[in-house]
Amino acid sequence: MSKDHESATKAKDKPAALGPDINVNKFTRETKSWESCPISQLPEDVLRRAYEVGIVPEKESRSGTFFQLDHSVTSRVVQSMFEGKAEVMSTADAMKKYNWLKDYWWKVVKVDADKYTSLAETKWDQGYFIRILEDQKVMLPLQACLFISTNNLDQNVHNIIIAEAGSESQLITGCTTHPNVNSGLHVGISEFFVKEDAKLTFTMIHNWAEGFDVRPRSAAMIEDNGVFVSNYLCFKPVKSLQMYPTAYCKGVNSRVSFNSILYGMKDSYIDTGAKVVLQNEGTRGQVVARTIATDNAQIYARGFLQGEHDASKAHLECRGLLLSDNAQIYAIPELLAKAKGSDLSHEAAVGKISEEQVQYLMARGFTEDEATALIVRGFMDVSIFGLPKNLENEIRRMVDITAIKAL
Amino acid sequence: MNILELQNVAIEVSGKKILEDINLEIPEGEVHVLFGPNGSGKSSLLMTVLGIPSYKVTSGSILFKGKDVTHMPINERVKLGMSVAFQNPPAIRGVKLGGILDYLVTDKQEIGALMEKVKFPPEFLERDVNLGFSGGEVKKSEVLQILAQKGDFVMLDEPDSGVDVENLKVVGNLINSLLSEKSALLITHQGHILRYVNADKAHVLIKSTIACSGEPVNILTQILNEGYGWCMKCPKITNLQQKQKISPLH
Repeated sequence: MSKDHESATKAKDKPAALGPDINVNKFTRETKSWESCPISQLPEDVLRRAYEVGIVPEKESRSGTFFQLDHSVTSRVVQSMFEGKAEVMSTADAMKKYNWLKDYWWKVVKVDADKYTSLAETKWDQGYFIRILEDQKVMLPLQACLFISTNNLDQNVHNIIIAEAGSESQLITGCTTHPNVNSGLHVGISEFFVKEDAKLTFTMIHNWAEGFDVRPRSAAMIEDNGVFVSNYLCFKPVKSLQMYPTAYCKGVNSRVSFNSILYGMKDSYIDTGAKVVLQNEGTRGQVVARTIATDNAQIYARGFLQGEHDASKAHLECRGLLLSDNAQIYAIPELLAKAKGSDLSHEAAVGKISEEQVQYLMARGFTEDEATALIVRGFMDVSIFGLPKNLENEIRRMVDITAIKAL
Repeated sequence: MNILELQNVAIEVSGKKILEDINLEIPEGEVHVLFGPNGSGKSSLLMTVLGIPSYKVTSGSILFKGKDVTHMPINERVKLGMSVAFQNPPAIRGVKLGGILDYLVTDKQEIGALMEKVKFPPEFLERDVNLGFSGGEVKKSEVLQILAQKGDFVMLDEPDSGVDVENLKVVGNLINSLLSEKSALLITHQGHILRYVNADKAHVLIKSTIACSGEPVNILTQILNEGYGWCMKCPKITNLQQKQKISPLH
């Protein structure tokens, strides 16, 4: 670990390749610590915000929960009927429990990538370890919440997610702030390991504050026949958010799909994308992004597909909807083929709402505003996530109560 | 009483004159047919009556149920009882056919009955409207939405185009039952739909105006036998062309 620490220290001032540079020293590390408790016993205002990012107290609809408030872990439970199928704990506890965790630590994300990865190493504030055991099908989603309740705090978490061979699971991660929080920094390192024949669907929902900076750093390693689906939703204003997760399709026939729906509002600066590296035969990748920009929002929608092996295939699709003349959407798709049998493609379309569509709905009696709202809502259709029906409906309701109400 | 009345209407699109001198009266309860060659402006006329803003009425007025609607927004005309089946409706991602029907009809059972009427399986409600619909499905979906709207004046833009023989019968019978208690303006290029629909009067739109009006069957027979070339020889059109030719000299 000390070697990691050394590398991290060297990178402490290294700016990220993308996104506005942040002075990481301006944030506070001072916060009270929270006692462990079931999430149903958390304060009402915390619960309400957590609910908006998919975190629910109901035992019936989740198989396990991790909840971190500021720098304290308040929940780390697996429902009794899922014991022996999945493990949920803080990465600090997992580090004590499993000596082998070092084989996963900083293995797909580089510790010295930039000042944010450096920060996550030198000022590490927990994060979750979630492991789905071999051949286990966890039919209810696991959930993890990273919550910030102290203004101007930095929260630097490091998560490790391991889907052991043959396992199947859903993980929802909700990241959000207390209504009283305006500024702060969230750095989230997430390293995913999807083993042979495993399937992991990860759905991340972000809901930040107008003065908040966010720098997730994620990567996934997918083994033979493994499937990793990574969904991302963000529909509240944020000061700046920059992330560019990478999935390495390392095993034969391994697959990845990144789907995101972004709604940029007010002065939000959002720079997100996904990289797919196809390293073996039969690997498949898909990157789908739906971006909406209104007010003065600036959105960069990136995608990078790299084909390193014959008989690999990936597609990138980016659709952007511009709702304001002061907003901007910049779609940047990149394809890099390094093997002649690799089949890479992209399509991107950015523009305003089609008048023809609005008029069509007005001809059915909708007012212009209703028609516009319906089209925007349709544009954010969460069915692209390919989630089980119950979860899909749950997330659709969430989009309705948060994003649609802003229209 | 006339449900729709166009008085000396002239229309421009992007500054270009599309239609002029349009006079049309549709009495309540009647079904009128609009014939005309491709590009004669049939759809433009419908879009103007509906109120699509890019179709600018430069003179004349449009009366619907006696009310001047010339400058009224689309949805307000619809509220008064107008409805349209589009020829090429846009696909809208994420907007489900079922979502539109839910807006139009509150009774779920009624939606089921309507779906059955157009022979759509219930799964169709979950489809994004018009996305990947076949020609026949588009027409059926348009008729379905009009049925749900319950307007008393219906405009149908080529409900028979792109429909195969099997579906033409379904669509034709549907439209005939739809129109039994309504007033309508029906555009047809080839007239196939008239095998199923009883129309009261036909008009021929040619060279950007209505050249003649009369018995639907007579006019259709004439068009089928002689083609629209015959209409071009109509004195009204030749006079109009004469007028257009010499007008710059004035």
